[in-house]
Amino acid sequence: MSTKFREGANPMNTKWSRWKTIWTCAFLLIAIVLCDARAASALPTGKVMALPMFARKYGLPCSACHTAWPELNNFGQVFRDNGYQLMNDRDSPIWQNPSYFPISFRITPSWHRESTTNQAFDSVPGNGDGLGVGTLTQAGFDLSGMDLWSGGTLYKNISFILLPSSDPTAVWHFESAFIRFDNLWHSPWLNVKFGRFELDNLISEKRFLFLSANGGLYQIYHFNVPGSINNFGYGDNQIGVELAGHSANSYTRYSVSMLSSNEGGVNFTTDVVPGGSPSNRTYDVNLAFSQAFNAPGPPGESGFGLERVGAFAYIGQRPTNFETELGTQLVGINNKPFYRIGFAGDLSYKNLELMPLFMYGHDNPYLGQFGVPAGSTLPAGAQAPTFYGGFLEAHYYFNPQNVALARFEQINVGQQAISPSVSGVSGSNGNITAVSFGYRWYPIMFSRAGVALDGEFSRVRTIGQEPESGNGSGFIGNPTAAVWSNSIYFGIDFDF
Amino acid sequence: MTLKKFAVTFALGSIALLTAGARVSTAQSHVNSPDPLLGTPSVATETSQVNGLTGHAEEGKHQYRRFCIGCHGPDGNGQGMNAQWIDPQPRDFTEATFKCRSTPTGTLPTDEDLFNAITRGFVTTNMPSWRPLNPQQRADLVAFIKTWSPRWAKEKPGAVLNIPPETAVTIESILHGRELFQKLECWKCHGPEGHADGPSASTLTDSKGNPIKPFNFSTGERFMCGDSNRDLYRIFMTGLDGSPMPSFADVIQPNDAWDLVHFLRTLQVALPNNQELTLWQSYKAAHGKDLKPIGPDSAGGAQ
Ligand code: HEC
Ligand code: HEC
Repeated sequence: MSTKFREGANPMNTKWSRWKTIWTCAFLLIAIVLCDARAASALPTGKVMALPMFARKYGLPCSACHTAWPELNNFGQVFRDNGYQLMNDRDSPIWQNPSYFPISFRITPSWHRESTTNQAFDSVPGNGDGLGVGTLTQAGFDLSGMDLWSGGTLYKNISFILLPSSDPTAVWHFESAFIRFDNLWHSPWLNVKFGRFELDNLISEKRFLFLSANGGLYQIYHFNVPGSINNFGYGDNQIGVELAGHSANSYTRYSVSMLSSNEGGVNFTTDVVPGGSPSNRTYDVNLAFSQAFNAPGPPGESGFGLERVGAFAYIGQRPTNFETELGTQLVGINNKPFYRIGFAGDLSYKNLELMPLFMYGHDNPYLGQFGVPAGSTLPAGAQAPTFYGGFLEAHYYFNPQNVALARFEQINVGQQAISPSVSGVSGSNGNITAVSFGYRWYPIMFSRAGVALDGEFSRVRTIGQEPESGNGSGFIGNPTAAVWSNSIYFGIDFDF
Repeated sequence: MTLKKFAVTFALGSIALLTAGARVSTAQSHVNSPDPLLGTPSVATETSQVNGLTGHAEEGKHQYRRFCIGCHGPDGNGQGMNAQWIDPQPRDFTEATFKCRSTPTGTLPTDEDLFNAITRGFVTTNMPSWRPLNPQQRADLVAFIKTWSPRWAKEKPGAVLNIPPETAVTIESILHGRELFQKLECWKCHGPEGHADGPSASTLTDSKGNPIKPFNFSTGERFMCGDSNRDLYRIFMTGLDGSPMPSFADVIQPNDAWDLVHFLRTLQVALPNNQELTLWQSYKAAHGKDLKPIGPDSAGGAQ
């Protein structure tokens, strides 16, 4: 090993004290302002995340933190919960070789085929009548969006994530951007995250293994009853502040977040790219709790693995009207509440992982009616839109480099926005059934880079609603008949 | 396309993917092959016993591949693909020489020692704490680590060091510990104030010939081999095999060892809630001038 590297990595070299002073001053200030003086006294510590920039920093293989990347295992979860620190003396950036650059790129060139039935067409191409009904099919080579991750420790117990993310046409937004202050009062039970981030979901949609248009999302994380003006999606990143805590091994975890009621929007709007309608001025709350335990196996064997179960609740509100000027919307007002509650699990039986999730959603009746501000009379038959359902996902790990995937999803509308007896619409309007299968093979899994080959098939059935994947013409041909949408997908997922 | 065609395309595609996969993986270096640990010695029978758990090497092998191979290597010799970037170097398990032991220098550690080392990690190095793995997984890893050296088949772990109950923290105890620190020449490596800057510090190498630094008491809150007073006692009474840090079991009496523990704590100026340090500072404020400085100058005086 060259002496140069040793010097760079050695906090005892003389340059350290200068850096120490600079970092200490800057972060003492921030810490004092944002948390309190106690956090500052906790300054020199560390945390980690399972991205190649972290793998490189610590010399760990991807599989140390991921069951199969990007899904985290418990080691990765603890690293993340500790604010991207291993909690040893190598966490602080002063330990890094100065040429270390904490950036990861991820993009997936692919071939895919999307086909959706019951779509509206022009009966003769070009005539503009929109009266035809048929199957819309597209196939070809494609790109995914791109993630440009950066993340790391700024100081012991202060870390950040910055994720500018683009769609395949390179329209960028800030998918995640937050700073974390960890182990306040030297306690793992008190950590604060500030910015835009994924909700503390036991089953993460941001770190899951499916990529295809239909399979690459959890339907229930984006579902709303047909006609509802609620734009909330449990899987979407939100913006606000989160207080979270965990036991030393993260078997017990909790979080409480306070978020703007604007679906993670920025610039006082409800979107991360220009053009979203204005946000309101209220806040939502998300609560999450989970507990893991070890399942012992039969006597003489090594046990089944870690079992985690948890529950969550999101209580939010959305505007039913806007303050305007010359008709232009300014600020959302007349808010009405909604909530999502549910439970989830991450269960293992040796190499088999099972992830069930159940969710119940309930919106105020006004959120089911477009253009009816809170306080005015509801139309006949208006009722609280509700739905319930979830999914069961299974992974089988042949080894850390090969995993087979399957998922079944079902969502039923409990109550339509307008009672079927008044509207005449079927009570099952909006229901979704979906199945997805996949296989991921990681031929390259080093600390410096990862490549995964991903093959998937996903099939979704919806009634009266476009599939969440957005495939199709955008309009349903026959609103009472089912829409079937299929994805076949082969991609090469790479992460550097 | 009909659904039937879909299904056929998908099936053919998957087969193509899998065949391609199988071919590429046979071409990979053995770290990335489906079973990079094929070459390991017979592991099936090795077990470990930790806190009532039985660890199985065969299970540990899977964990090792997932978590440890990047540093400790497919051959267990510490030459994983990341080893070249890591200082100090990952442990070479084929030598069966371990730092954190409750057993005398030169002997094998107990299963529990290895389990504790894996759980705790080595705080000043790249070796992470594996506490997030469940106890069974860690016990399995201990069993697997023991398959790398034939010593485990031939020898038994040494007798566990008996640690008497801790004596009271008094000024006399600290002062006596300070004398030992001077007399046993801890300062030659660790420095008079524990700053890792003793006269020998810059010349030290480990058993593999790599330069190594003594522990710096003034910045370190935790030791590699634990953080309690009992851990500290054990560290210098058994030594860190493979490093220049010797065992002092032959030269320090059991109760004197507690005095040394109490003095070493006063060197840890960065450690919060340090009762030994508080006591020592108030003593020094009153009697500091009478204390002979530690180091070569006072070597005679401390005899
Ligand atoms: C990022 C690199 C890295 C990884 C990954 C890693 N280790 Fe280590 N390990 C080290 C280093 C470096 C040392 C030596 C530290 C020293 O000598 O001060 C070490 C030392 C050890 C020791 C020696 C303990 C002793 O008392 O001497 C054991 C046992 C060990 N590791 C087990 C494991 C196990 C089990 C895993 C996987 C679960 C693992 N290591 C993963 C870097 C690593
Ligand atoms: C020949 C040099 C040398 C002498 C003499 C020496 N040490 Fe050390 N000591 C070391 C080195 C080198 C290390 C670091 C070992 C490593 O990093 O693996 C160390 C580490 C330690 C540690 C920390 C171990 C850990 O788990 O992190 C303690 C405590 C310690 N020494 C105490 C003592 C005491 C007490 C004495 C005198 C009785 C002493 N040492 C004498 C070289 C020495």
